[in-house]
Amino acid sequence: MQWLVRILILIAAVAGIAWFHQVRTHRPTRVEEANRKGILLLGNGTEPATLDPQLASGQPEHMIFHSIFEGLIAPAAGNPDGDAPGAAESWTHDGTFTTWTFKLQPQGRWSDGSPVTTADFLFAYQRILSPKLGADYATMLYPLLNAEAYHSGKLKDFTQVGVKALDDHTLQVTLTGPAPYLPSMLKHYSWFPVPKHVIEKHGKIDDRGNTRWTRPGNMVCNGTFRLKSWLVNQNVEVERNPHYWDAASVKLNGIVFLPIVSDTTEERAFLDGQLHATLTMPLAKIPVYREKKSPFFHSDPLLSVYFYRCNVTRKPFDDVNVRRALALAIDRESITRNILRAGQKPATGLTPPGTLADYHTPDVMRFDPAEAKRLLAAAGYPDGEGFPVFDILINTSEAHRTLAEAVQAMWKKHLNIPVRVLNQDWGVNLDSQRKLDYDVCRAAWVGDYLDPSTFLAMWQTGDGNNNTGWSSPRYDQLISQSFREGDAAKRLQILKEAETLMLNEAPVLPVYWYTHSYLMRPEVKGLLPSLLEHRCYKAVELKP
Amino acid sequence: MIRFLVSRFVQGVVVILAVITITFTLSQMVPGGAIRNERNVSEETKKAQEEYFGLNKPWIVRLGLTLKHYVTLDLPDSYHYKGRGVDEIIASGFPVSATVGIAALVIALGIGVPLGAIAALRPNTLEDRGSTLVATLGICTPSMVLGPLIAMLFGLKLRWFNVAGWFDSTDWVLPALTLGVIYSAYIARLARGSLRETLAQEFIRTARAKGAGETSVVFLHAMKLASLPVLNFLGPAAAGLLTGSFIVETIFQLPGLGQFFIAAATNGDHQLTIAISTFYAALIVSFNLLVDILQALLNPRIRLHA
Repeated sequence: MQWLVRILILIAAVAGIAWFHQVRTHRPTRVEEANRKGILLLGNGTEPATLDPQLASGQPEHMIFHSIFEGLIAPAAGNPDGDAPGAAESWTHDGTFTTWTFKLQPQGRWSDGSPVTTADFLFAYQRILSPKLGADYATMLYPLLNAEAYHSGKLKDFTQVGVKALDDHTLQVTLTGPAPYLPSMLKHYSWFPVPKHVIEKHGKIDDRGNTRWTRPGNMVCNGTFRLKSWLVNQNVEVERNPHYWDAASVKLNGIVFLPIVSDTTEERAFLDGQLHATLTMPLAKIPVYREKKSPFFHSDPLLSVYFYRCNVTRKPFDDVNVRRALALAIDRESITRNILRAGQKPATGLTPPGTLADYHTPDVMRFDPAEAKRLLAAAGYPDGEGFPVFDILINTSEAHRTLAEAVQAMWKKHLNIPVRVLNQDWGVNLDSQRKLDYDVCRAAWVGDYLDPSTFLAMWQTGDGNNNTGWSSPRYDQLISQSFREGDAAKRLQILKEAETLMLNEAPVLPVYWYTHSYLMRPEVKGLLPSLLEHRCYKAVELKP
Repeated sequence: MIRFLVSRFVQGVVVILAVITITFTLSQMVPGGAIRNERNVSEETKKAQEEYFGLNKPWIVRLGLTLKHYVTLDLPDSYHYKGRGVDEIIASGFPVSATVGIAALVIALGIGVPLGAIAALRPNTLEDRGSTLVATLGICTPSMVLGPLIAMLFGLKLRWFNVAGWFDSTDWVLPALTLGVIYSAYIARLARGSLRETLAQEFIRTARAKGAGETSVVFLHAMKLASLPVLNFLGPAAAGLLTGSFIVETIFQLPGLGQFFIAAATNGDHQLTIAISTFYAALIVSFNLLVDILQALLNPRIRLHA
């Protein structure tokens, strides 16, 4: 009898597993369910530090802000880097790009139904420039007349700052000088309006701790979508905003942003049908997807450059010949082709291609080991003799190390100089750069708007982002001249001269221009590539 | 007993205050500072942020303020997650870590104790060797290897469970399995050792001589004593499991405490680091006390003295 019981138990166990398998494998994936409901599921890196556009400074927040807020000018549906009406229905300038007038949407509403007026913009700009708020991105508004003086506390009267309400729906913006790139700049979240009536209800204009207004239930915004829920480290969910002025053209019913820190986890979640699109992907997998010609794989150029800073306050990097020798001994083509393999472009200059159709980045950086050797000899180190040992400082990351080791090998091979690679934790690394406590240091820069000045202004003497100790009176003069030049073509000519000068002096050694590699399902339509990673979510739809 | 409890409670409070002080002091020594931005921010912004967090005060004053926050249970805001209290973050992460942790503990005991017992009851046989091999493999396999393997097998291949996230009622299974299998290996090794030792003792021979059956010898007499080392291990292990494993939480994208703990360190979010360390210390103190009490109940030779 006992054998019969055993067999029965065995049969029951097998049947149980088979039933379990059947049930579990036939449940719809999250993507299938979301397709039915018209909800887009996006990987979004890390948990947002805040949903207050005036306190934020990161990429995950940027991705969310484009769904729930809208600046005066919005990303265009067919090209997110182009300009389309946003909170403003039209805009004009005085012919010199210095005084701009914006007509707000007559139907513009906050998500609680109250009208978006010029008062909200005045309030927003006053808030982000309030010294006490301590907004990271306050400097983005410095092109506004007197904005810097107000932010530094020298000017107390906000009415002196270059922004005026001509009436409830007409906003006049006066800049310190001509800025043809203002429309592109206005798409950055630091320029977005914030709801005066809601922020004032929850606290003071300049109180950093006043973030209650961004919580679900309190949050009021003016974007295509509005905040539905925010579960810490789990997801931020937004839903259609019925009060949005162009609500009729919105196709999705909602978006879920998932903070997935690990790129391998994100890839697994994508393959498991939990995401429509990832934010990033494992570097090692990029060549695999490329070679397979996977329909999921996407790689778009970005407005971002990877470079090495030289500390020109230290010997021997104070010698321009040494810096140029280092620059000429880097085989960028080989780095992008053999190491990075994700379609990155070798950086021949600093400003990424495509920034402006009329701007051609000077081709200064090239690979020329013979010339590099000659320059090093001219600097007093023939065949690297007597060259002191120095470090390439990186922030801890396998990718940065691999690249640094390749550069180390190139400098050893072509210049015969001894190089080490030193890694530091991110925060420490930033500190070392600020304090000029390094020899050569890995860095990157992401442009904020489509103009070469976003890559060039920072190298002026004493700029907080220079961090090389490099200074050139001629360069400073060219940059400040570019900020006063009203003629667009002349302005670009000046900037090009400045960039050429800077690249020839080589305080920084550009290595490559970034691409953004990610996975996206084919049913997602209208989520288009953007150099600035701007997104026009109202153009996105799901067509399974 | 009461005196013991009171004395241990006072000791615990001292330990926790010491943890706060030490974590605070260590966080002051971390280079890089609490406010870290890749881009340079204006002097005004830096000043405003330092003032807001009280970073412009001397460190001894800040230590006093930190201790005051914890003594009065009025916890500060995180540096990084703006306007979010550290208590709010712990309250959101802990239930997730605890759910996975408890499930992992049950799995670890469910696999570890029988495995260890089988090995101990049949020493030097194939069963013993087999279970020792399994235990050794478990100890040697790090969660960063086991986790993705489990996710691939039960998630991507068999499609039984989601590979990541915290949405469905079954999302605890894979992370708990990963943690449980690893802990079960330790438990199996401990259980085997202590049960073998206990079975060799005089009182077991006496029990057998009195004619007690094998089942009663093992379960009534031996297990009680043999469980003590396992229990000792379980105290701190349970605290560790409940507060979450960073690696497992990252692999399975769980919104638990472990992820916050590491993010706090990399973000220079010292308020959050201090808060989670303190919470962890409080848990370890409580679990150790619990283990002491349980041991006294299981072993009459242990007396609780203040």
